[in-house]
Amino acid sequence: MHTTLMSNAETSPARNTDTDAAPMHPPLLELRNVSVNFERPMTTSSALAWATGRSPAPRPSPVRAVDDVSITVGQGEIVGLVGESGCGKSTLGRVAVGLQRATHGERLLRGENLDAMNRQEALARQLKLQMVFQDPYASLNPRLRVLDLIGEAPVTHGIVPKADKRAYVAELLERVGLRPDMATRFPHQFSGGQRARIGIARALAVKPEFIVCDEAVAALDVSVQSQVLNLFSSLRERLGLSYLFVSHNLAVVHHIADRVTVMYLGRVVESAPAHRLFREAAHPYTRALLAEAPTLKVQKRKFIAIKGEIPSPLAPPSGCHFHPRCPHAMPRCSEEVPRLKSIATGHTAACHLHAD
Amino acid sequence: MATPTLSIGGLKTWFFTDSGPVKAVDGVSFSVMPGEILGLVGESGSGKSITGFSIMGLIDPPGRVVEGSIVFKGEELRGRSDAAMRTLRGNRIAMIFQDPMMTLNPVLRIDVQMVEAVLAHRKMTRSQALALAHSALERVGIAAPGERLRAYPHQMSGGMRQRVAIAIALLNEPDLIIADEPTTALDVTIQGQILFEMQKICAESGTSLIWITHDLSVVAGLADAVGVMYGGRMVEHGTVAQVLESPRHPYTQGLIASVPQLEARGQPLRQIPGAYSPLVNVSGCAFAPRCERALPVCQTEPQLAATADGRLLRCHNPV
Repeated sequence: MHTTLMSNAETSPARNTDTDAAPMHPPLLELRNVSVNFERPMTTSSALAWATGRSPAPRPSPVRAVDDVSITVGQGEIVGLVGESGCGKSTLGRVAVGLQRATHGERLLRGENLDAMNRQEALARQLKLQMVFQDPYASLNPRLRVLDLIGEAPVTHGIVPKADKRAYVAELLERVGLRPDMATRFPHQFSGGQRARIGIARALAVKPEFIVCDEAVAALDVSVQSQVLNLFSSLRERLGLSYLFVSHNLAVVHHIADRVTVMYLGRVVESAPAHRLFREAAHPYTRALLAEAPTLKVQKRKFIAIKGEIPSPLAPPSGCHFHPRCPHAMPRCSEEVPRLKSIATGHTAACHLHAD
Repeated sequence: MATPTLSIGGLKTWFFTDSGPVKAVDGVSFSVMPGEILGLVGESGSGKSITGFSIMGLIDPPGRVVEGSIVFKGEELRGRSDAAMRTLRGNRIAMIFQDPMMTLNPVLRIDVQMVEAVLAHRKMTRSQALALAHSALERVGIAAPGERLRAYPHQMSGGMRQRVAIAIALLNEPDLIIADEPTTALDVTIQGQILFEMQKICAESGTSLIWITHDLSVVAGLADAVGVMYGGRMVEHGTVAQVLESPRHPYTQGLIASVPQLEARGQPLRQIPGAYSPLVNVSGCAFAPRCERALPVCQTEPQLAATADGRLLRCHNPV
């Protein structure tokens, strides 16, 4: 008898729709003061010039893709991570699953620091953290059949015996709404929506507790997108999964997430329960994002919510990174970095408009 | 009534493959008036992009426009020579693609590319052409156009490249712009800016715009009229208010219900069962196999017909 999927988590958590109460247990996943810096590698000659103290140019400053960000994801919770391209949301998602090492900060799974334990211990826990990628075609090996795409990892990690691989994959395919006989096909034989489901089945194969969805529905047609979003919701209910849902699509995040964190140029600008964020956004950037989000309401556009583009992370603006585009900018905004302040229970925002 | 900028009737573009013709566009008709914005909406494979390419005369073998008329300002475009099409393309009719790098040459500076596009169609000096390029960049909201003209495409962000591609489309003040998903890859704030500017340009200059997209919510804020395509055919066509607020084709209704709405947070989204398979040439209504309202009569092909409120509908059993 092969192992069934339900064994990993029978818990069906209540949906946290209201303000999140202080958790009794440590959260499932916690990122504490995480920063990620990217440095351009120096050429040999400039490295030599630096080593000998004869560098003509100042050392290039690193790009702070993620700058002192803390987030928590509780058991069975869906946290949405929103922002424009280049805001660091994908990098943070990669840190969460361990694909990217943080320059500073800690990553805790149920209160245990993953980066402080030895490799063996970390690896076993690492399996509980999985990722679903944006482009299902680029993330599936085109030369492998679905059977191996999905079945390889659980066999390698000893989750299912090799003899049960076929039955296990069949069960996973059914779970994500595909036919078991599709296991013999190659990725190119599927439509975009089906490939997305294969990507999800692969993530589920190692019995994860936490999944990062990095723009997992961005490439899909709306009718297919709704199918995949419903699948994510039902998997959460049946398996007690938690998600970090990285997306630029506010309507999608509002639909699926319990809490939403908004990032701008590497920093968190606002974080709140989803229903509250979409009603009472406190940060001018969040408000601008909401104003620009297309809706089905029939009305011609009469205004531009924010001018300009997200500045280059190579040279972020001083003080509050958003101040050059902000309609409410004050002299203070270009001088002082606003701290994240509590506005209401579970609702924080980093803006000087909100008095300390 | 004024003459439409573009009027296509019974357009059929088929691709001839070893396993028979694939009817990518199978009898599409619509017209666009000066200054009007038409949203052409559909899923991947619905034929919306091929409709755009057919108008531009950009269909390559094994594809061919097999039937129908494409009338641009009173003049039939089908059967025109390549040379004659070339005087129109980029001049009277311009196209904007999803990926601006399809328009931009990566090894040429922006000024070179823009001046070339002007001089290909008009007799004027280089400095006059450069002045035109400068003002086109200003119109699409690029800050410091003088500086940007001297840049290469790789020195710009995705949003800025798309603005440059749009500016190139505007250079010769075309009568018609066909935009194929130009904001799909952009952030919402940039998309909002571009939609706003396109709307302004069409209203000011009388340019007609066909905006091809899979995103109904973009059309809601931008277009005057909307055509919904499925399986190579127009299934519903009317004003934005008619189609989005009271859809009558079951497919349009399913599409609208699939979009996450603020009021229905957390509830399961309505799904259209099944998936579109472009290679199946079904007889009758192409949507019938996925349709909850399908009747036996749907095995015969419904015709596009005007309803009492003036919209066009192709359905035996409308909502």
